[in-house]
Amino acid sequence: MAFVAAVAKRSGNVRGIKRPSTPYLLLIPGIAWLFMFFIYPLINLASTSTQTPAASGEVGAYVQTFRFANYIDAFSGARDQFLRSIVYALIATLLALAISYPLAYAIAFKSGKWKNLLLVLVVAPFFTSFLLRTVAWKQILGNEGPVVAVLKFLHILGPQSGLTASAFAVVTGMTYNFLPFMTLPLYASLERIDPRTLEASSDLYANGITTFRKVTFPLSLPGVVAGTLLTFIPAAGDYINATLLGNPRTKMIGNVIEARFFDIVDYPTAAALSFMLMAAILIMVMVYVRRAGTEELV
Amino acid sequence: MKRWLSKNLIKVYATLAFIYLFIPIAYTMAFSFNNAGKSNLTWRGFTWANWQNPCGAPQVCNALGNSLKIGGLATLIATILGTMIAFALGRHRFRGRSVVNILIFLPMATPEIVLGASLLAMFLNLGINPGFWPTVIAHVMFCISFVVVTVKARIASLDPKLEEAAMDLYATEAETFRRVTLPLVMPGIFGAALLAFSLSFDDFIITNFNSGTLTTFPKFVYISSSRGIPPQANVIGSTMFILALTIVLAGQFVSSRKNRV
Repeated sequence: MAFVAAVAKRSGNVRGIKRPSTPYLLLIPGIAWLFMFFIYPLINLASTSTQTPAASGEVGAYVQTFRFANYIDAFSGARDQFLRSIVYALIATLLALAISYPLAYAIAFKSGKWKNLLLVLVVAPFFTSFLLRTVAWKQILGNEGPVVAVLKFLHILGPQSGLTASAFAVVTGMTYNFLPFMTLPLYASLERIDPRTLEASSDLYANGITTFRKVTFPLSLPGVVAGTLLTFIPAAGDYINATLLGNPRTKMIGNVIEARFFDIVDYPTAAALSFMLMAAILIMVMVYVRRAGTEELV
Repeated sequence: MKRWLSKNLIKVYATLAFIYLFIPIAYTMAFSFNNAGKSNLTWRGFTWANWQNPCGAPQVCNALGNSLKIGGLATLIATILGTMIAFALGRHRFRGRSVVNILIFLPMATPEIVLGASLLAMFLNLGINPGFWPTVIAHVMFCISFVVVTVKARIASLDPKLEEAAMDLYATEAETFRRVTLPLVMPGIFGAALLAFSLSFDDFIITNFNSGTLTTFPKFVYISSSRGIPPQANVIGSTMFILALTIVLAGQFVSSRKNRV
């Protein structure tokens, strides 16, 4: 009897007992979708990554030969772009953190009744298309745009130089485009902080800086972790900013994968690069999350 | 002055951050009124013409229509599937829960280019040509996780006493769900649907892989960006912005009114 009760308790509803099959019925359609269109394609991609061109020599025809050296070839052919993706994404993530943290802090603690409105305004720019925003940056930073005009007037930029088609423009675009992914989790964790803990800190004669360093910041760490991950992951795989705002020397791994896929129809290399990107991100994420000491991500 | 600055430093900083956030939006909106002719790269004078005839540029409304159709279908399917998963996770204890959690998290932690490339490789292997339906399938796939996370958060924030009260008043399980739980979760489902639609509407990378020759609105902007996008694209972008802002602000207004009562 005790066993039956235990099983019922485990499989039943949080409150009250429900049929144990209910959760599975709810899960089946969505999970099936993810298996068919997420897990299976990944397995398929893994299989593609070790294929070699078919003997017929037909373009785009490959046979499975389990050639794992594909990975080494793919990496050595795209090492620069790979490292560049990681570096650009890291810089963009740090810049986004520097911009977003004070912003999220101001909204959480200093905005009073305007809190909800300001929160909407943080997300609002992202209601226009990602592509349109990036094109807008291209024009703002372009040679006819206002930024170049001001910098030239101040003699910071020489008469012949510009800002677009550069690493600077790519990182600027990336920083801007992924900003809400940083701001929202930061805000969520800052907003949850009980103001009494901050009062307690100042009652104990801590000044503003000490309170921030010892109380506010540690309590906001889950938001920092979530925000940096949500910014870093899409930034590392992005190639739109690099295409629209960069030059051939700022190409990222996304550009390479796309070109391999469409221009050269080299599926195995594209697949191998995709997996290496995914593996690199997952390893970095796991190390980072472990060091930051937060377990809960979703 | 110095004292004022040190006291209000954070507010000054936040104001600057907001200006930075809105510069590209202001730019996009301003250039929707540009008397541009073919290239919308430099300012050539004010006109209402683009707003009076937003479909004036070839293909732009066709692309918009495709994006709306794909977004609508993907939102509908992803919201239903995701909400069901969210209820399973938020309301039940079952074997394999952690596996489901990981399966929901993984698509969000995978770079879009990997999702797009892997799906296209599978479609090609199966002999399915990229196009409208493969794009819808792809969009549902990456929207599900975001729906689950959003709706699950809403379910977790519900006060269980409300459902207990309904049960105490002899409501059956089904009645309690229909008349208490579901209405309370509804704002979360609505928010999740909005999020899914905006993710789908805005997606470029996964769409670029799986749509073949079909043009969506982001694809249209991408393709025409080298020549300078037509001002009609700015009109559509500005309209989407105003529309989304209105919906969100109206939602906030309604919920703050409800809370007051």
